Amino acid sequence: MSDIAGRGARDAGREGPGARDAGREGRGARDAGREARVGVAPSAPRTPDPAPRLLSVEGLNTVFDLRGGTAPAVIDVSFHVNAGETLCLVGESGSGKSVTALSILRLVQRPGRIASGSVLFNGRDLLTVSEREMQHVRGAEIALIFQEPMTALNPVFTIGDQIEETLIVHGEARGRAARERAIELLGAVSIPEPDRRVRDYPHQLSGGLRQRALIAMALACKPSVLIADEPTTALDVTIQAQILDLLRDLKKRFGLALLLITHDLGVVAEMADRVAVMYAGRIVEEAPVRELFQNPRHPYTQGLLASIPGGARGSRLAAIQGTVPPLGHLPPGCPFAPRCPRRFEPCDTAVPGVTVIEDRGARPEARKTESRTSDLGPRTSDLGHTTRCYLYSPAVEPEVLPEAPMKKSR
Amino acid sequence: MPLLEVRHLVKEFSRRRGIFGATSVVKAVDDVSFTVERGETFGLVGESGSGKTTTGRCILRLIEPSSGDVVFDGKDVLTLSRGELRRARRDMQIVFQDPYSSLNPRMRVGDIVEEPLVIHRLGSKAERRARVRELFDLVGLNPDHLERHPHEFSGGQRQRIGLARALALNPSFIIADEPVSALDVSVQAQVVNLLMDLQQRLTLTYLFIAHDLRLVEHICSRVAVMYLGKIVEMGETARLFATPQHPYTRALLSAIPVPDPDAPRQRIVLDPNSFNRAAPLREIAAGHYAAT
Repeated sequence: MSDIAGRGARDAGREGPGARDAGREGRGARDAGREARVGVAPSAPRTPDPAPRLLSVEGLNTVFDLRGGTAPAVIDVSFHVNAGETLCLVGESGSGKSVTALSILRLVQRPGRIASGSVLFNGRDLLTVSEREMQHVRGAEIALIFQEPMTALNPVFTIGDQIEETLIVHGEARGRAARERAIELLGAVSIPEPDRRVRDYPHQLSGGLRQRALIAMALACKPSVLIADEPTTALDVTIQAQILDLLRDLKKRFGLALLLITHDLGVVAEMADRVAVMYAGRIVEEAPVRELFQNPRHPYTQGLLASIPGGARGSRLAAIQGTVPPLGHLPPGCPFAPRCPRRFEPCDTAVPGVTVIEDRGARPEARKTESRTSDLGPRTSDLGHTTRCYLYSPAVEPEVLPEAPMKKSR
Repeated sequence: MPLLEVRHLVKEFSRRRGIFGATSVVKAVDDVSFTVERGETFGLVGESGSGKTTTGRCILRLIEPSSGDVVFDGKDVLTLSRGELRRARRDMQIVFQDPYSSLNPRMRVGDIVEEPLVIHRLGSKAERRARVRELFDLVGLNPDHLERHPHEFSGGQRQRIGLARALALNPSFIIADEPVSALDVSVQAQVVNLLMDLQQRLTLTYLFIAHDLRLVEHICSRVAVMYLGKIVEMGETARLFATPQHPYTRALLSAIPVPDPDAPRQRIVLDPNSFNRAAPLREIAAGHYAAT
């Protein structure tokens, strides 16, 4: 059911940039927004896109073929990253954030497979290009760094060898030039004495230096997009701070688009321009970082923010009850409904569509006038603040809404 | 009298460089002293390799310390015989970080929680089963799931099982070694709340070993900061977080990512040569110690 809705929405989204502009104006003023709704029609004039998207994921569905049937891991996920921008993908384990990253590079292993969707990058759909072309994209155009640097590095080769291999495979440099470039890259990621360290084996480096070496390798072929999957989770907090500073610096220096996958809201606050919150395979809320922290709308996002330790010492934390539903056992309606403190009638029936939150700062009680339309599909990420929750859906009559909104403790 | 007093604890590991190389000695715990009062939560923080976990294990003699004293409830733990140590451990238990590797996957969870009672030969079979059901209830698990195996539980539930096992012998003191850091964010708060509830209901004393400073600030009354095997600063949590004195503490606190996009960020980078590593802890204000 959700799949069909998703597909329909995707088609609607393909109507062109007009829909996107509609959203932009709509955010500014409510009246303009109402006019803009007309603009969503297919006949809307095509206007040039002001911020060209470097990488755009649209309606991505990745599933795992298990013995008991097909389990969706990524469901109708759409987002984009612009050059020089950081998008944080936030979620818990099992939310599908890592599978999303692997899907972008077509690295999902069996029994996983990409069922549908598109990954637009430099005018191509990466899900349809040849494997040969894909091999060039990986590393040379889109690079990926992992959480655990020790498992991503080969223990029997020096880090210099491994960086040079990347350069040679992609035809960037060879021989002495490759070695020099490797040293230069290690210097660029602030590894001390790079000309000596280039001959070190991974085990001779500390965790922080290993992660730096991995970043150097990722940058070897000057990619335009860097996907970092929990790059600091295995590191100590002072080392984490250094790696985050380095990523921010590199993003600025090379104009990288950074897709940062993390579960740490502290890291998000520090790094993100925009944030997409994933839960059980779907993006449930997306917003610019300040907006998300100040006006979280989805009860899951609200719960995550509220559960951060704070307030009086020893006071109870506002915990989210229950646990993440396991892969392949999603409830029929909103996947968060069984844990949601604001669950009401429609939540258990069907998955909520995407709602644009227009009036910033307004309380959800006034949502009738502020939210506009459901199921905008893939182009929603330009619409500012979006969420998948019936509390904000115009399709729900106000009288059936639950009364007390959850108190924010922060 | 404090419940636990650790005095000049040292643990050395010898390590050999290569097969024929000379052995060198690493002091994982280097002259550590602190006390934990009855009913309090004492935080031990530091980064990997700082010696915080080794300190915790030396207290229980899961690792034999090289020298020093550990006085628990008036008894010197380090001089106890095996039998005496076993009895003493009834009163001091540990909860491990990783609920995936610390529970035997082949045992039913009911048996895992019952095992300490069996080892200490407490109660009849029926009494022990009743106690296990009671413990399951206490930590918020369904007592009908006693026959299941660990893999059937989520991370948070497994940590509850570990906690039930630790509580089986009715201890007064629990070492919680990174008890929530392996859990999902939304589940961490549940387990932290459970730890705080249990402390109140059972008047437990915690030694809370963690690297999550935000969490330590929230639940610990006092805290000691370890760096390269030594305590470099110790004091009441509120005071230490508000006015850190040691350069390492300052660097550590400034590195915590603040979950507020508008928070000012002033990272203090530690210069390891900016302080004397051999400086002893001295009291710089009432109850606030720093090695400066």
